[in-house]
Amino acid sequence: MTNKQKRIFGFALAFAVLCAVAPVSNAMHIMEGYLPGSYCIAWGVICIPFVVLGFFSIRKTLTEERRALTILAMCGAFVFVISSLKIPSVTGSCSHMTGTGLGAILFGPCATSILGIIVLVFQAILLAHGGLTTLGANTFSMAIAGPLVSYGLYKGLSKAGINRRISVFIAAAVGDLFTYCVTSFQLALAYPSAEGGVLASLVKFLGIFATTQLPLAIIEGILSVIVIIGLESFAKTELASIGFLKEEA
Amino acid sequence: MSKKDKRLILILLVVVILMAVIPFLALRGAEFGGSDDAGSVMVEEISGESYEPWFTPVLEQLIGGELPGEIESLVFCLQTGIGVGIIAFIAGRMYERKKLGKEDKEL
Repeated sequence: MTNKQKRIFGFALAFAVLCAVAPVSNAMHIMEGYLPGSYCIAWGVICIPFVVLGFFSIRKTLTEERRALTILAMCGAFVFVISSLKIPSVTGSCSHMTGTGLGAILFGPCATSILGIIVLVFQAILLAHGGLTTLGANTFSMAIAGPLVSYGLYKGLSKAGINRRISVFIAAAVGDLFTYCVTSFQLALAYPSAEGGVLASLVKFLGIFATTQLPLAIIEGILSVIVIIGLESFAKTELASIGFLKEEA
Repeated sequence: MSKKDKRLILILLVVVILMAVIPFLALRGAEFGGSDDAGSVMVEEISGESYEPWFTPVLEQLIGGELPGEIESLVFCLQTGIGVGIIAFIAGRMYERKKLGKEDKEL
């Protein structure tokens, strides 16, 4: 990272921290207009440093290694496809997956935040799905929190010497599920229930979002593994260039 | 791609399809609305009154109503199509590259 990039990141971080100090105490996608304004701004501001880092991270990867572009495009397209498919689930309602786990595993959580935002903006403007006012909150859950968990889990599991495909599966599935847990938490914060406060309504929202998402998270894990198997056999050089496969460079 | 990998992918795909289809067949009469909408219902239940969103989606403001269902599925298809197009294009190039034995070349 150059000095200039460091400075811009520093500003963004400082801005986020400053805003977080102000009383923050005051959803898959949270519906347009369903979060009070202060929450929309707070979640948006928290996202800024990650997005800035993500921008630099993608630029760095692409200037150092043009080959990575194809894999990056593939990850972006994967998010596009996966998050457009609404799949029926055990609770009798439909939900869709996030697809951000794959990008996080291959490129890290920050780069994935850019891919996630593109999809969220597309859906918010053209589909009235999610929303522009809740973009910050949705970005945080789908494009930052989920990928962070996926990335951390994948790194941890592969350090522990677990089979790569199994680690990819667990990382992508848990990351997807975590996205919906964060959404529930964001809604619960904004709508504490009259009797039990934030916790009681968290349980209620988790009841909707997490149970619906559980089978879908497993499907996302499986699909991510399939893509990884395909890339391993057809794009070894690209995977090595982004440091995913280490043995052959 | 080894034979073992091919079989694994096939099994995984079957599992995915089964997981998506079984709830649909098992829960007859369920509505299968979006869980986002279930979220709005829960918001109303918790806050005890019907919640009026303070901001309507830009597109709905433009056309002065909700997006018709058919149009919505059109845009969703468009989204899927863009994604699948990119993936298929890249996957095709990768496959041919391997077939031609030029794996060290850039795509």
